[in-house]
Amino acid sequence: MDNIDETVFTYRSHSLQDTGLLAGALAAASTPGMVIGLDGDLGAGKTAFSQGYARHLGVKGIVNSPTFTIIKEYEGRLPLYHMDVYRISLQEADELGLDEYFYGQGVCLVEWSSIITDLMPPRHMHIYIETVGPDERMITVTGIGEPYGELCRQLIQKWG
Amino acid sequence: MKTETGAAQPVLILAIETSCDETSVAVVKNGSEVLSNIISSQIETHRAFGGVVPEVASRKHVEVITLVIEEALATAGVTPDQLSAVAVTQGPGLVGALLVGVVAAKSLALAWGKPLIGTHHIAGHIYANRLVAELQYPCMTLVVSGGHTELVHMEREGEFRIIGRTRDDAVGEAYDKVARALGFPYPGGPHVDRLAREATEVVPLPRVWLEPDSYDFSFSGLKSAVLNVVNQSKMKGLTPDVAGIARGFQESVVEVLVEKAIRAVKATSSKQLLLCGGVAANAGLRSALISRCEAEGIELIIPPPVYCTDNAAMIGAAAYVKWQHDGGTPLDMVADPGFSLEQWSVSAY
Repeated sequence: MDNIDETVFTYRSHSLQDTGLLAGALAAASTPGMVIGLDGDLGAGKTAFSQGYARHLGVKGIVNSPTFTIIKEYEGRLPLYHMDVYRISLQEADELGLDEYFYGQGVCLVEWSSIITDLMPPRHMHIYIETVGPDERMITVTGIGEPYGELCRQLIQKWG
Repeated sequence: MKTETGAAQPVLILAIETSCDETSVAVVKNGSEVLSNIISSQIETHRAFGGVVPEVASRKHVEVITLVIEEALATAGVTPDQLSAVAVTQGPGLVGALLVGVVAAKSLALAWGKPLIGTHHIAGHIYANRLVAELQYPCMTLVVSGGHTELVHMEREGEFRIIGRTRDDAVGEAYDKVARALGFPYPGGPHVDRLAREATEVVPLPRVWLEPDSYDFSFSGLKSAVLNVVNQSKMKGLTPDVAGIARGFQESVVEVLVEKAIRAVKATSSKQLLLCGGVAANAGLRSALISRCEAEGIELIIPPPVYCTDNAAMIGAAAYVKWQHDGGTPLDMVADPGFSLEQWSVSAY
């Protein structure tokens, strides 16, 4: 495989509102076919991040956890495919045919994406949320290939 | 055609459910009498399929569905020509999984010349209650499962209005994730329920009520509170009081669910409170609801566990109601992962 460049941006969030700002910036810059992987411990705020992202993408109504149904679809400015592979194996995920979503016209947000790293498109955005205090989170945004690297550079310019 | 007793010919519905993990097919008479209810994981898999039936993937539904259909008809002692209609879960659920059931149901409906009834999965959970008791309207349902936490009001038969829902995690999911934080493998919800009942101590945890008039739920903050307690113990080099935490968690969840359900019953002058979904098997929730409803003089209905978890009999029960009011669904119907319960309400009265 080609060597794909990675661009890293770290963001310190002191509150859910802070996290919402980052989610909003990513939502505003999202284009069709983007794939964003989300990882972090239980309770780190992956679903909260997704909710902020969805709201800024223009999704109306409640966006709740997709753990049970694995994929939930929403309509915003772009279609949003909110996925959660927490309870399935790599093989089971492979059989779901996720490529149709990954290479579609919407945006994919994949919670617990590290479970399916092998199935993720070679170019994507990866977000790791680390709990550093009751409300504080260290969020590492990694742009893997373009246009994700460029998006990261924009975030660095804005906040870095 | 009349039967010997002169009663009208019964409505026999073959129902198919493949929205998530279970492949299930049932034959239900008049929306309330279960003639068969086959669930793939309950079949002697080694004999029938030469191996354990894995979950989730739609391919697995494909592998077993024809066998489950045959078994459902054979167990019911019903032949296809005796059926009134073929019902299937149209949504919500996992699209690939739903598709298997929908394609099977359409094919059978076409081949047998029977009407098709696209059915809502949550309406199925709600109408599972009609398999055990006659419903009286208006009624309130508390839907609690791995994927859903909702309060649904029915002013009359087949008319659904969601007055409250989870804003983040479903209650079953919260149980499973807390179980993981306490060291149990996924899905560990039942372990938390058991531990909570065995606990002698209780670690107090917050209740999340949201706005005073809201019937919505939120369990994500409670999950975080559990994680904080676990992490704080570990940082102090102590072993977390797993049983006490489980009990604190369970008490918080149950209190909020029971209070909001009772308040909803009163506010809507509901005659019955129905419980449904996989978490209806939770002993802590059942006993709290039973004693509270007794004290309040509210009639409570809880289906047996086999009708609480995903099954096709409940789909047959809900389909019967739809069929009585609106008739069948066009054959060009499509599986809908985001199917709306309220929009599935019956239109004809």
